[in-house]
Amino acid sequence: MIERRTVSNRIFDAFNVILLFLIGLICLYPMVHVLFGSFSHPKELLNHTGPLLRPMGFITRGYEIVFANPNIWVSYGNTIFYVVVGTAARMFMTLLGAYVLAQDSFMLRKPMMIIFVFTMYFSGGLIPDFLLVSKLGMLNTRAAIIIPNLIATWNMIILRTAFRQVPASLGESARLDGAGDLTVLFRILVPTTKATIAVIIMYYAVGEWNSWFPAAIYLPGRRDLHPLQLILREILISHSASGNVINQSLEFVDQDAVEGLIEDVVRYCTICIATVPILCVYPFVQKHFVRGVMMGSLKE
Amino acid sequence: MVNISTTRSHKSGFLPRLKKNFIQHRSLYLISIPIVLYFVVFKYIPMFGVVIAFQDYRPGLGILGSKFVGFKYFIDFLTSPNAIRTIRNTIVLNVYNLIFGYTSPIIFALLLNELRLQRYKKVVQTISYMPHFISLVVVCGILKDFTSSYGIFNDLAEFFGYERQNMLSNVDLYRALYVGSGVWKDLGWGSILYLATLSSADPNLYEAATIDGAGRWKQLIHITIPTIMPIATLQLIMKVGSIMSIGAEKTILLYTPLVYEKADIISSFVYRRGLQEMNFSFGAAVGLFNSVINLCLLVAANWSARQMTGESMW
Repeated sequence: MIERRTVSNRIFDAFNVILLFLIGLICLYPMVHVLFGSFSHPKELLNHTGPLLRPMGFITRGYEIVFANPNIWVSYGNTIFYVVVGTAARMFMTLLGAYVLAQDSFMLRKPMMIIFVFTMYFSGGLIPDFLLVSKLGMLNTRAAIIIPNLIATWNMIILRTAFRQVPASLGESARLDGAGDLTVLFRILVPTTKATIAVIIMYYAVGEWNSWFPAAIYLPGRRDLHPLQLILREILISHSASGNVINQSLEFVDQDAVEGLIEDVVRYCTICIATVPILCVYPFVQKHFVRGVMMGSLKE
Repeated sequence: MVNISTTRSHKSGFLPRLKKNFIQHRSLYLISIPIVLYFVVFKYIPMFGVVIAFQDYRPGLGILGSKFVGFKYFIDFLTSPNAIRTIRNTIVLNVYNLIFGYTSPIIFALLLNELRLQRYKKVVQTISYMPHFISLVVVCGILKDFTSSYGIFNDLAEFFGYERQNMLSNVDLYRALYVGSGVWKDLGWGSILYLATLSSADPNLYEAATIDGAGRWKQLIHITIPTIMPIATLQLIMKVGSIMSIGAEKTILLYTPLVYEKADIISSFVYRRGLQEMNFSFGAAVGLFNSVINLCLLVAANWSARQMTGESMW
């Protein structure tokens, strides 16, 4: 790009660099605050005002308390289960759905498409969903987290679009060699659309890792099945309950040194162990974001 | 449609063709069974389940046994002060979201696009995506921590001469915090679409403009903005279309009875009255009211999108 180096241009550039630096700082700071806070000494943290530029002191007591809390471990395990099994099941169903919807030879393709797309714009709502899940006997079971949200219709349509862009001749020649539908799907379509599939897997996995609402309504009586985010909600949001969770964990650590001030630090530590795994992964899958977002903005 | 083909002709009616198609592609039909089953059970049965909105539903009696009461619960809702409050809050929060949440990623993308330092641009972009990956629970937890009376927001407020207070319990600050945290979360993520569109702009246009003596401001007005205009218009229309829809999750995490006046929205009201207080019929009625309005708004938005840009969601 040709450009003229005028004074006003330079002033704007400098202003722009500074402004974007500030925006970046605002995006970054809250997590930095939490990270520094999680290593800080509770007393110094309490007396400190203004932004945290470094940990106030250095202790790992907060993490010891978090890791000594069996609720955290159990819910961490549950979250991993929901992410792995949920994402696998969802991806499998999404693949099947996208496959049949992409076949010209399938006569019910169009009516089915209409039936599926309609559900994106109208739904029974929270209460009928809840009553259905409870009627099916799935309340307070792991199935309630995975099965009612098995397919995200939008992802299925995106994948269908990707399948339709694969040259039909690829599938046809395989069929002539005697390949069935599942072989065509998993041996030909999946490898040729793996970038799109990777994006959808990422959406499903991140969504499941961060999800808490279905668990809150469908698992009211089974704390042992709660995912991490729901335990986090107790610790971070509903303070009455947070006391319980933290006090439970205090039993596992010597109480004398704690002085009750450590709750804030424990909260920061919990946020870190729940969030850092995802924040470590996303920069590496970044190149897929553009693709994912653009896919979502395409029609047909 | 009734099929009255009595002849043996294979190509005439729908059903014979379907039968032939079924025999030829049996495995496709087989594969579609679990998919159709899923949509019927988990999407369409609840749609019919909304009949409880017109009943005095008792879980013991079930849908078939419960008494039909017509529009009683709709009238109950619409004549209660809760209706005005929740509808108003839903619209107001969405309008604020539209004003700030819709424009900020566009401005951010335009600023990034003007950056000459590619490496710096990349770093700012990467950092700006981060909040999108932080869960809602954590975002609300951090917000609660920062706005508590000894939190960093209050440190700032005190510096500027304000009293310390629990900001989330302050009715006048709630909306700003709700919308602001949303802007923070999706600023970077929302800009991806626009940046990708901008990177597809024809560089020859900029070169020609420079040769013609157009400065950066003129290039912005005449090339950059027209490039993102179609996609921005479509986004705007769809956002207007969803002006009555807003999930309950964030509100449930952030609000307290102290701020219901400005915080309670339709979906959180359904959650509270329908699920927590187990007024299933009432909750279903309010939910259905909201769904129907949403559907109408979306259809209208889609129609105007097609009129204005030739593009639409379906």
